[in-house]
Amino acid sequence: MTLADPNMGAAIAATRFGLGARPGEIALTAGDPQGFLRSQIRREGADPPPGTVATSAQRLNEFREYRRDKREAKVEKAADPRSGEAATMPTRDPVKVVGRMLRQDVAADFSPRFELAATTEAAFRERWALFWANHFTVSASKAITATVVGPFEDEAIRPHVFGRFEDLLAAAETHPAMLTYLDQIQSVGPDSPAAQFLKMGGGRGGGARSEPAKQRTVGLNENLAREILELHTVGVGAGYTQADVTEFARAMTGLSIGGPRDEGYGAAVFRAQAHEPGERTVMGVRYAPGGRRQASAILADLAARPQTARFICGKIARHFVADDPPAALVARLDAAWTSSRGDLARVAEALIAAPEAWDPRPGKFKTPYEFIVSSHRAAATSPMAFERLAPILTGLGQKPFSPPSPKGWPEDASSWAAPDAIVKRMQFAQGFSGAALGDRDPRALAADVLGERLSPETAKAIARAESRPEGFALLLMSPEFQRR
Amino acid sequence: MNAPAHNPLAAPSRRGLLATAAGFGLSLQLLAVPAQAADGDLNRRKMIVVICRGGMDGLSVAPPIGDRDYPSLRAGLALSDAALPLDTTFGLHPQLSTVHALAKAGEARIVPAIATPDRARSHFEAQDVLETGAAGVYSTTSGWLNRAVEALSAHRKVDALSVGPTAPLILRGKVQTASWSPGRTVDAEARLPLLLQDLYRNDPLLGPALARGLATETMAKDATAGMSGAPSPSPSRGMAGAGKGGGGQQGRDAARALGSALAGFMREPGGPSVAAISLDGFDSHANQAGLLNTRLAYLDAVLDGVHSGLGPEWRNTVVVVATEFGRTARANGTGGTDHGTASAALILGGGLKAGGIVGDWPTLKSNALYENRDVAPTLDMRGLFKGVLADHMGVDRAALDATVFPGSAAAKPVTGLI
Repeated sequence: MTLADPNMGAAIAATRFGLGARPGEIALTAGDPQGFLRSQIRREGADPPPGTVATSAQRLNEFREYRRDKREAKVEKAADPRSGEAATMPTRDPVKVVGRMLRQDVAADFSPRFELAATTEAAFRERWALFWANHFTVSASKAITATVVGPFEDEAIRPHVFGRFEDLLAAAETHPAMLTYLDQIQSVGPDSPAAQFLKMGGGRGGGARSEPAKQRTVGLNENLAREILELHTVGVGAGYTQADVTEFARAMTGLSIGGPRDEGYGAAVFRAQAHEPGERTVMGVRYAPGGRRQASAILADLAARPQTARFICGKIARHFVADDPPAALVARLDAAWTSSRGDLARVAEALIAAPEAWDPRPGKFKTPYEFIVSSHRAAATSPMAFERLAPILTGLGQKPFSPPSPKGWPEDASSWAAPDAIVKRMQFAQGFSGAALGDRDPRALAADVLGERLSPETAKAIARAESRPEGFALLLMSPEFQRR
Repeated sequence: MNAPAHNPLAAPSRRGLLATAAGFGLSLQLLAVPAQAADGDLNRRKMIVVICRGGMDGLSVAPPIGDRDYPSLRAGLALSDAALPLDTTFGLHPQLSTVHALAKAGEARIVPAIATPDRARSHFEAQDVLETGAAGVYSTTSGWLNRAVEALSAHRKVDALSVGPTAPLILRGKVQTASWSPGRTVDAEARLPLLLQDLYRNDPLLGPALARGLATETMAKDATAGMSGAPSPSPSRGMAGAGKGGGGQQGRDAARALGSALAGFMREPGGPSVAAISLDGFDSHANQAGLLNTRLAYLDAVLDGVHSGLGPEWRNTVVVVATEFGRTARANGTGGTDHGTASAALILGGGLKAGGIVGDWPTLKSNALYENRDVAPTLDMRGLFKGVLADHMGVDRAALDATVFPGSAAAKPVTGLI
């Protein structure tokens, strides 16, 4: 397909497929908007945010060591009440220490990711990665996962977003962050050797740090298995039952994270002793006993199911084009997925080629993150400090790295365009405009970053503004800038 | 089309009013005439729905301490001695001290085995069904509380408010509702809001939303005036709902302030008489005891703020606390519980009729459990909501059965609560 109006096409490429135009971006790509987007697809995946260094293993281990220190401090304090004073000193107050640690880690990961979005020239590539990060949500809503959301995206998501879905799925579901977030690490097969050992009284009593009053129960936790089926692969309407969830959960037992004495401290490991022995049946398919390979085989089969292609292609269309996307668009993506056996680069190309994706009417209302990122891109300013950015995103309903549930952030206008949210966006626009615009002309900037999408009404309102910041605030709050 | 509820207190400048009226396609005359009090008593009635997201464990909210199977099913998670006693069978979670005091005064009751019609044990599907009021998932995109306001609007002026940065599904729909979350207040008469109302005059999404948001901001100045601890968005707050406050006194103070701000809105003349607030974080697959201590303390403090903030209006108010599903009767292997079916709901209010539990208790005998796993439902969630809407808010039965909860004639309203 070729575009009827390349100037409108360039505006759509930058705002709908990308993350909002930076000055000059639309003019530069008007020659070939589709080629500009296609050139951003690459096998090696999305860009890593600049300067990130920490791995999830380091972060998890730090957190676990901190927790062990806290437990030991408690025991010491109980044994000798006078030593309690040390524990209340600011540096050792466990609540304060962990609070600071979590804030620093989230800031260290979130700021470069925001900077990448605000400055990248390959913004379609970044939006594609953000879509998949949200599809495989790991939220900072638990203390221990707060420090690994960034590393999870870098290690499990970004390298695979233009590869095969099967590989992305395997990387995401077996990553320590996902195993922690959805409680897989504690799940133990009820008939596994580990459970038998504990039932016999093994591992209890003896040591000074045991907790004799607490009954130690071990068993299955089906959280991850259920969410893989419901949210990550076939979707809730695919016809699986509670029995399928439980069987899948049994197959997944053994997936865990290495401890200090294991090879691979803080990395994903498979503990054969915790794995539920036996054959499993999930969605009508039988899986022979096989330790770690059992879960891998189920994941591979789920990735290949047609329900998975349909469910996820619907989500891609909803993310990029409209809350209620055209059926023809979903069918095109589904066809590309199916014929390429889940090659995500082919699916991205099909999206770029689809005429429905170039409808000049903007079908999507920006999420808070998209709004703040695109405001930065329009202003071409360096990113705000995390200490300022985080409360703004939190107030708009999108606290950094903290989607409310494993379903991820909502994508629809009705979730984000509540009256209170619009008032808060206006407050941000007012504050940001005063600081970010400098001596640039908001009229020229509006034409530059909205291109053909700029409406005469908005252009007129900006031209009549009483000051440059007021004109820039009107641009950011205009109906066309709020949408894409 | 329903007349979009107008807040007489908002009184933006004449220009703002014109812009708003143009956006709504209304005549100025209509805006100028205050709604007539059709029926003095009903006009004061208020209803608040608190949604606890994540699948709140009914057996911890209202532990059946007198049920002989409870301690063995729950093992280390059983609350037997710690529970605040209600009767020979039930108690309340130790953190629910406000609810307990109200229950002792006949102003709170428990509904121990209630469920929506959904049985899929999926958070998202079950929350959809809880909030749309439909019999199944994906059958409607508006919320039942919005449709209830729509039905009431034919008879009297009813405004609705959601608390939190995102609009919950339960209040989405045809009737434009207000939303509010703690933060700095905005001067609705400053230049930018007026210019934007003009720019949004043909925008069906942004126009009404901004007008409504500005009206609420004006009301917020009065509603939160004189509050001791103004609610502020704390860094630990959850996103989808109004709060996932951290533990400790700070979290409880913020929760109480949030509840009393909500009460402040509802006490304003012309303020909302229907409100929804959602709390996140009840998905207790692991470490359930600690997690619920924090979350239920937060819930209790919100209810405390609502109760004390409403003052004399408490007698005109009914609060319903509900969740999308309960959790497994047995503890799982990780100190928590997995997705189940029936859970406990709470109903509170100054005008409540005294009584025991609402609905029956199916017991926890192994042959009484739903699919040998969950607390079995004895009451349809829609029946509880319909009972409150009928007896307290005055929604007529035909509307309840057909439009508010479509095709729900078989789910009879629970009568005699108010």
